[in-house]
Amino acid sequence: MMNGLFDSGIMLIIGLSIAGLVVFGLMAAIAIIAVYIERKVSAFMQDRIGPMGQGAGLHAGKWGLLQTVADSLKLLLKEDIIPKAADRKLFILAPYVIFIAAFIAIAALPFNQVLIAVNLNIGVFYILAVSSLGIIGLILAGWASDNKWSLYGGMRSAAQIISYEIPAALSIVSVIMLTGTLSMQGIIQSQSGTILGFIPNWTIFNNPFSFIAFFVFFIAGVAETNRTPFDIPEAESELVAGFHTEYSGMRWAFFFLSEYANMFVVCGVTTTAFLGGWLSPISGVMDSPTWGLFWFMSKIGVLIFIMMWFRWTFPRLRVDQLMNVSWKYLLPIALFNIFGVGLWILLVG
Amino acid sequence: MSIIRGEEMVLNIGPQHPSTHGVLRLKVKTDGEIVSEITPIIGYLHRCFEKHCENVTYEQVIPYTDRCDYIAAMNNSFGYVIAIEEMMDIHVPERVEYIRVIMAELNRIASHLLALGTNGLDIGAFTPFLYMFRDREYILDLFETVCGARLLYNYMWVGGLSHDLPVGFVESTYKFLDHFEPQIDEYNNLLMYNKIFVERTADVGVLPENVAINYGVSGPNLRGSGVKWDLRKNEPYSIYDRFEFDIPVGEGIMGSVGDCWDRYWVRIQEMRESAKIVRQALKQLPSEGEIHEAIPRKIRPPKGSIYKRTESPRGDLGYYIVSDGKPKPFRVKMRSPAFTAMSVLDEISRGWMLSDVLAILGSLDIVLGEIDR
Repeated sequence: MMNGLFDSGIMLIIGLSIAGLVVFGLMAAIAIIAVYIERKVSAFMQDRIGPMGQGAGLHAGKWGLLQTVADSLKLLLKEDIIPKAADRKLFILAPYVIFIAAFIAIAALPFNQVLIAVNLNIGVFYILAVSSLGIIGLILAGWASDNKWSLYGGMRSAAQIISYEIPAALSIVSVIMLTGTLSMQGIIQSQSGTILGFIPNWTIFNNPFSFIAFFVFFIAGVAETNRTPFDIPEAESELVAGFHTEYSGMRWAFFFLSEYANMFVVCGVTTTAFLGGWLSPISGVMDSPTWGLFWFMSKIGVLIFIMMWFRWTFPRLRVDQLMNVSWKYLLPIALFNIFGVGLWILLVG
Repeated sequence: MSIIRGEEMVLNIGPQHPSTHGVLRLKVKTDGEIVSEITPIIGYLHRCFEKHCENVTYEQVIPYTDRCDYIAAMNNSFGYVIAIEEMMDIHVPERVEYIRVIMAELNRIASHLLALGTNGLDIGAFTPFLYMFRDREYILDLFETVCGARLLYNYMWVGGLSHDLPVGFVESTYKFLDHFEPQIDEYNNLLMYNKIFVERTADVGVLPENVAINYGVSGPNLRGSGVKWDLRKNEPYSIYDRFEFDIPVGEGIMGSVGDCWDRYWVRIQEMRESAKIVRQALKQLPSEGEIHEAIPRKIRPPKGSIYKRTESPRGDLGYYIVSDGKPKPFRVKMRSPAFTAMSVLDEISRGWMLSDVLAILGSLDIVLGEIDR
């Protein structure tokens, strides 16, 4: 009896470790590819060529494809510095908190009809809940570093993320009202079919209010991932590097990794809630699970590209202007949207 | 705001900070994000410029003037050499005058490009900065063909120039101008009229006319406050009276007169005017002629002193030179426009947020090499 329990316990741990490693590998791969794309996209936008291989050797590969891999290796080997005045325990803990928040959010993302780690019946709610855990890590990092820049960064990000979570959640509420489910797969399935025979029945096209909700959610998402024009917590020209000023080596890499993982999660939720997830844009064509994965990833890719486009085009907002955007514009619009969607359901059906 | 006051925090911005434009240290008292007092601490780049000058001959001072405002080295040595020439009553050949003006105006464009680009960078816009650096690069290439150096030229000598223009310089300058003038519109579309940029700069850090005059602020910062004062027009030196150009002044198009946006706008307009001057100078440039006036082997200005000021990209750049008739200057004093611009920072950024302080500092366009000397 004891033996059997022990066995199943071991098996459970091994199983979880393997699943964890797979998700971790996925996250690392996403981050490495996203960083490479970001560098190339920014380079092309700025009339540069970005990372390039030199000559025929292995130096950073063809077109600099290995550049980010080499960078990650470098980060692994770098000296890990913890400032003397820092709160050691919290300082070490902070990157993991942020990382875990992004990590466990991926578990509920539906990559296609079958590829989903846990198909929770409250998937959307779960993702919204766990992704806001990340700010605890940011505040920890800001506080524990014992650096004024970090403190500013931590405080700013706390204010920012809490403000933007509200319009984001309210926009999702309007989607939930339309689809009538909190399950990620359920939301996607309810978006199948077409409107007027050719427009895919995605939430974004469903009615004018959900069209606006998409923009509200996406803008709030950009803000939640601390990307330009909302990158005030790590505004390099003001706060040096914000909350991660004192971090180096792998600890810093964890912040970096979770930034890109967060982008992926936000774009994943946007895709699921508004753009039909893994559904094909032409209803009934190319809708096998493999194509599902392709559609899901390409929709996310487009959204991530738009985020990069923002970053390399816009200047940065100021803290109070940032709050204005959230509380004076996005929040009333999101509230109005819920009302509008309710009316739509009542009148149109 | 004043009812609830927390403890004030002293924050050290710099000397190593991405947006202090050199090695400036700002001791900032903040209440949360609101800045209540700024004390600039300078001297990290002090190289004893003025004392050095007393120990070298007059012509050996020229490379030092380049190193003061390293962003606009041509303009800095321009002011110095015309001061010495006026003391010694030297009249340089026509061709030299034109080449000097062309160089000074090209360097003004290069300097403004850097100022505008870094001002955008302070506000978080990365791409316009690189666009402007790309175009600044063309100017540096032109300078390289002229004198071999890209940053510190030592090109203007007392009585002439170090080198004549290379073959094809006029054509490549026209080519650059043809490329550059439409580019300005691209910068404007990308940054100056961007809603976020306007929000960040309009009505921010307003420098009223009287404050600007009281502090002795000059150059684009003064013109941004609506004062039409440009030494090229008001006290024409060299041959500036032969060219037609306008002096853009801040009009408060997006906010009030004298805000950060106005200072940015004035610099953009000045680049257009400079391009206009370069075009006129290239047209009138005598095709050949001496590039060096016959002057005594040893430069020895007569006893006396002179104060000569010129319009550098940062404002009134003055040289006060005292000669005791020996080959070395008795005293050289430089009046730095960037220093006065920095002094006004505390006055105009009180009550603004930390992010605004850096935007204001960027809009004042200071160069620490010139402040510390």
